[in-house]
Amino acid sequence: MQFTLKVWRQADREATGDFVTYPVDDISADTSFLELLDILNERLLARGDEPIAFDHDCREGICGTCGCMVNGFAHSHERETTLCQLHMRSFTDGETIIIEPWRSRAFPVLKDLIVDRSAFDRIIQSGGFIAICAGSAPDANATPIPKEAADRAMDAAACIGCGACVAACPNAAAMLFTSAKIAQLASLPQGHPERIERVKKMVSTMELSGFGSCTNHGECEAACPKGISVNFIAKLNRELIRAALWG
Amino acid sequence: MTWPVLGFFNTSTGKKVGMGVTGFVVVGFVIAHMAGNLQVFMGPEKLNQYAAFLVSLGGLLWVLRGIILLAAVLHVIFATQVTLQSWRARPSSYAVYRYQASSYAARTMRLGGPMLALFIIYHLLHLTFGVVQPAGEAFDPHHVYNNVVYGFQVWWLSALYIVAMGLLALHIWHGVSSMLQSVGLNHPKWNPWRFGLSALVAGAVALGNISMPLAVLAGLIQPA
Ligand code: FES
Repeated sequence: MQFTLKVWRQADREATGDFVTYPVDDISADTSFLELLDILNERLLARGDEPIAFDHDCREGICGTCGCMVNGFAHSHERETTLCQLHMRSFTDGETIIIEPWRSRAFPVLKDLIVDRSAFDRIIQSGGFIAICAGSAPDANATPIPKEAADRAMDAAACIGCGACVAACPNAAAMLFTSAKIAQLASLPQGHPERIERVKKMVSTMELSGFGSCTNHGECEAACPKGISVNFIAKLNRELIRAALWG
Repeated sequence: MTWPVLGFFNTSTGKKVGMGVTGFVVVGFVIAHMAGNLQVFMGPEKLNQYAAFLVSLGGLLWVLRGIILLAAVLHVIFATQVTLQSWRARPSSYAVYRYQASSYAARTMRLGGPMLALFIIYHLLHLTFGVVQPAGEAFDPHHVYNNVVYGFQVWWLSALYIVAMGLLALHIWHGVSSMLQSVGLNHPKWNPWRFGLSALVAGAVALGNISMPLAVLAGLIQPA
């Protein structure tokens, strides 16, 4: 297959970037999207050009490191697919593909397609954990947890923190990410003692990081490679209202 | 490291709970206002009596008006704040961006909101204060029925009201379901009802309100 790639190139945080067009040919349909970038980078290196910088790690759709906008979709137009799990067979031969980084004030571009997502780390650091001393591993079932609650916590814990929700959100809001982390802990008894402090701190850190304000469009849920539901955002809202009323 | 804690109304959730609650008050008013106005179909007596009854409430009427006005003003303030926050959050926009999930109603909230605010001002000048009278007939504060009918006989004025009610329905359609989500009233089991309720309220407001100018234009309602 062959493609015309229009890739955002930006030297560093301060530089003003621009799109550069790269024709690539001789690509197998089973090439993954990141492999396509690898192939292009090898060709760029061979002719002495600067390779395209992009984030990646597991390439198995589980670590949340990869991600950029592809033809206006965060990660991909395929449902629940990370960029590393996207394959060129999902595109048509000869297609022009526009590739740009996540765009959000809270995620500044570091280089080309790499953005700084440490705002997510700060949200977690501000409360996305349980501070009680847990001691050694407890016996299984020592704490009874209803199956529904455990399932809900697992659904929330599926979030890999890739940032596609922010990227796809018309407001660049981080509500889906933050709500998944809060819902995961609030669904389990171990998370209850700190739930009020946690939601206040995590939401405050989120707000002060420069994310936007959710308008319930649902774009985050559609873009999420793990299918995290916007129902968790309502859960976050309930937690915050509870904290405001009784906190 | 100590982490900052913002007051509830300094968070975007707090502002949207504020938008939701004030929106709820305004939607409640919109429904009551429509129910009252639909008495235009029952003839001049009935509608004018109803208007006289409202005026006879005196102080209570002003309290109610105050609550609605306060709700509307706060709604606009909260909406402006969260909109500015979101605009700041994405300083450079995408070269290509594709919607996957948002409804047309959701995407037009920020356009429809200010347009509705302008319409409301015009509507107050037309039928509450009576200072703009496109029909050229004198405004009679004791003859609400004729004020309405003369107004709607002007085709472009009716068209303006009909378009505005379409915008209002769109705003309510997304607004009601969004408000329930913002205050956390969301459960997978009830979500079909949540979307059904917002569509029902939006549809009822559009149909009920648009029926009045249409009836006047069709000649079913004549000046008394
Ligand atoms: S590289 Fe790990 S999820 Fe894509």
